[in-house]
Amino acid sequence: MKKTGAQILLESLQLEGVDTIFGFPGGSVIGIYDALFNSPIRHILVRHEQAAVHAADGYARSSGRIGVCLVTSGPGATNTVTGIATAYMDSIPVVVLTGQVSTGLIGNDAFQEADIMGITRPCTKHSYLVKDVKELARTIKEAFYIAGTGRPGPVLVDLPKDVIADSAEFNYPESVNMQSYNPTYRGHRGQIQKAFKLILKANRPLIYAGGGVISSNASEELTTFARTLSIPVTATLMGLGCFPGVDDLSLGMLGMHGTYRANMAVTNCDLLIAIGARFDDRVTGKIDGFAPNAKIIHIDIDPTSISKNIRVHIPIVGDAKDVLKKINKLIQEEKEDWKSIRREWLDQIFQWKNTYLLAYEQKDVIKPQYVVEKIYEITKGEAIISTEVGQNQMWTAQYYHFTKPRTLLTSGGLGTMGYGFPAAIGAQIAFPEKTVIDIAGDGSIQMNIQELATVAQYNLPVKIAILNNRYLGMVRQWQGLFHNKRYSHTSLEVSPDFVKLAEAYGAVGLRATKPEEVVPTIEKALSISKAVIMDFVVEQEEDVYPMVPVGAPLKEMLLV
Amino acid sequence: MSHTISALVLNQPGVLARVAGLFSGRGFNIESLCVAETLDPSTSRMTIVTRGNDQVIEQITKQLNKLVDIIKVVDFFGSDYVDREMILIKVTAESSSRAEILRIVDIFRGKIVDVTPKSYTIEVSGDENKIRAIIDLLKPMGIKEVVRTGKVAISRGSKGI
Ligand SMILES: Cc1ncc(C[n+]2csc(CCOP(=O)(O)OP(=O)(O)O)c2C)c(N)n1
Ligand SMILES: [Mg+2]
Repeated sequence: MKKTGAQILLESLQLEGVDTIFGFPGGSVIGIYDALFNSPIRHILVRHEQAAVHAADGYARSSGRIGVCLVTSGPGATNTVTGIATAYMDSIPVVVLTGQVSTGLIGNDAFQEADIMGITRPCTKHSYLVKDVKELARTIKEAFYIAGTGRPGPVLVDLPKDVIADSAEFNYPESVNMQSYNPTYRGHRGQIQKAFKLILKANRPLIYAGGGVISSNASEELTTFARTLSIPVTATLMGLGCFPGVDDLSLGMLGMHGTYRANMAVTNCDLLIAIGARFDDRVTGKIDGFAPNAKIIHIDIDPTSISKNIRVHIPIVGDAKDVLKKINKLIQEEKEDWKSIRREWLDQIFQWKNTYLLAYEQKDVIKPQYVVEKIYEITKGEAIISTEVGQNQMWTAQYYHFTKPRTLLTSGGLGTMGYGFPAAIGAQIAFPEKTVIDIAGDGSIQMNIQELATVAQYNLPVKIAILNNRYLGMVRQWQGLFHNKRYSHTSLEVSPDFVKLAEAYGAVGLRATKPEEVVPTIEKALSISKAVIMDFVVEQEEDVYPMVPVGAPLKEMLLV
Repeated sequence: MSHTISALVLNQPGVLARVAGLFSGRGFNIESLCVAETLDPSTSRMTIVTRGNDQVIEQITKQLNKLVDIIKVVDFFGSDYVDREMILIKVTAESSSRAEILRIVDIFRGKIVDVTPKSYTIEVSGDENKIRAIIDLLKPMGIKEVVRTGKVAISRGSKGI
């Protein structure tokens, strides 16, 4: 029996295990929406297509599954670009389904036509234009396969209106057969042996763990590895949660706003073991000053990440989980007293820790750090936290001690303001029972504020904690430090009354203006089973420290 | 250092755009690029001549390999291979210089593919040195136009890439 393209699409999604898609309809996808009307797939109607991608991304990051979104052609498609680029930079598996004008009209400057494949080519892992309904099932199969395997990433499938209306026999392929795409999962044994020998010999080893540990679900293996050999761990923003942030071996985040001890440890280690990390400039600072005395082992599934910014001594291309498992097997045989072997190195790190602790002083105005710390304490580190971008993001990274993978959702690579709230929606859909909190800035939250209607429509109890400093704080901080305090266009003199705004959308609004109101506000918000905005009126000109200025080596941190 | 890179790619719309986009987006330069179908119509072969230090060339080959539509990438640098380029040259041919031009074309085993009372159009193929040499020799006669195919390359020996 023949089926329409729309039916084939939805049934293919179901066979991929998709239970929810995030989308926004329009003319070119009206046929798909018609088929969705009585499909078991749940559709979440967002209020802006950018939010559909971020929500699918948040769903993917929090659950480890592939996020899916559906939008119409032209403006619907172009509105997804920031979402796609965000997912691409952070290697998040998302399948973006875009409507397209009918095949006969492509290239005609037709109504609501946009060359979305062309527009998104540099920020997708791959993309397809389906020209024949007979190709549709295989294309969907491949799209999911490519999005979720190797180094994950967004895949776009462009669906012309006539292809969706056309019909064909439906046979969903069982497997994918692509001669041109074969990611390397298994690490090379010889390289692993070499790495193992270096690890045994090192005096001051350090693990530098990135988002790849999380996407390969290798936290357990990483934890065993670090603990068995007593190797301290520092994580990138994307890696937070891949190793328990409260462990004695955890040094917190490294890089521009990393902890003093993490940056000092990188500078002084003699072996750096990079796992699923890509030596981003915000992490390394001046490249010559990054781990200047260390041999480097780099484990990554993407060969292009290796030796891109920094020469490594032992590259291992492979899945972090597979490689760590193999290394862990080798270290089992080495029954040494690693704790005492490491004593000197760990003592040194402990000293650094005490030289400069992350700290702030809570006087009469609410400190943003205090808010984050209290959210951490009250949720016992068990919540799923998303962030916006700016100071709010860095304070979250510093003061919320992530202990589990997939509990921090943040736009690390692209730094997209407006990411956090829709990402929190995606996570809340994936985990209806969990506490999901977007720690936001007063600037960023306004970039996707319209999604308050979405949370109201689906009764999603997402919580938003605005660290309201009435500034585009992070930019103001730079202006303060590097532009003689010339606060050019960073003051948010006018913002909506967030409490009233919440109410207007049918959510709850709470405001805290004094330090003693912080804890009760958080507790109250968490007791409400609806969406809540907490407006924390915080110190206006608080800065994030430590800070490594752009272009300086990591050891040259500005401290308070 | 100039490198000649050969890529076997799926013969699909958009592949060229992906490769070109990769070079422009990452600031790699392309000196020449040649694409055409192989014996198997489902694949094409690209020959790319590019320039960069070792680290850049390593990134280029890795990034090419990472493109989903690319099956195989080989950098010929340091290996034994043959490369050729074809060139069409329109040169001014006055009665005084016609014989000299014909002699040069003959030495380079070229062909005259079009003749007018005032010009010759010449076809020559060869490696970089040969192409450069004939251009240099013809320059004094007055070159009106030059069109080059860019390099194609193949390894020596019995094995393919
Ligand atoms: C879409 C977008 N535009 C601009 C920027 C540049 N930018 C980075 S942080 C920042 C300030 C964010 O302000 P706010 O959300 O209030 O956060 P705060 O730093 O005050 O905590 C800006 C404008 C960005 N990251 N993303
Ligand atoms: Mg702000």
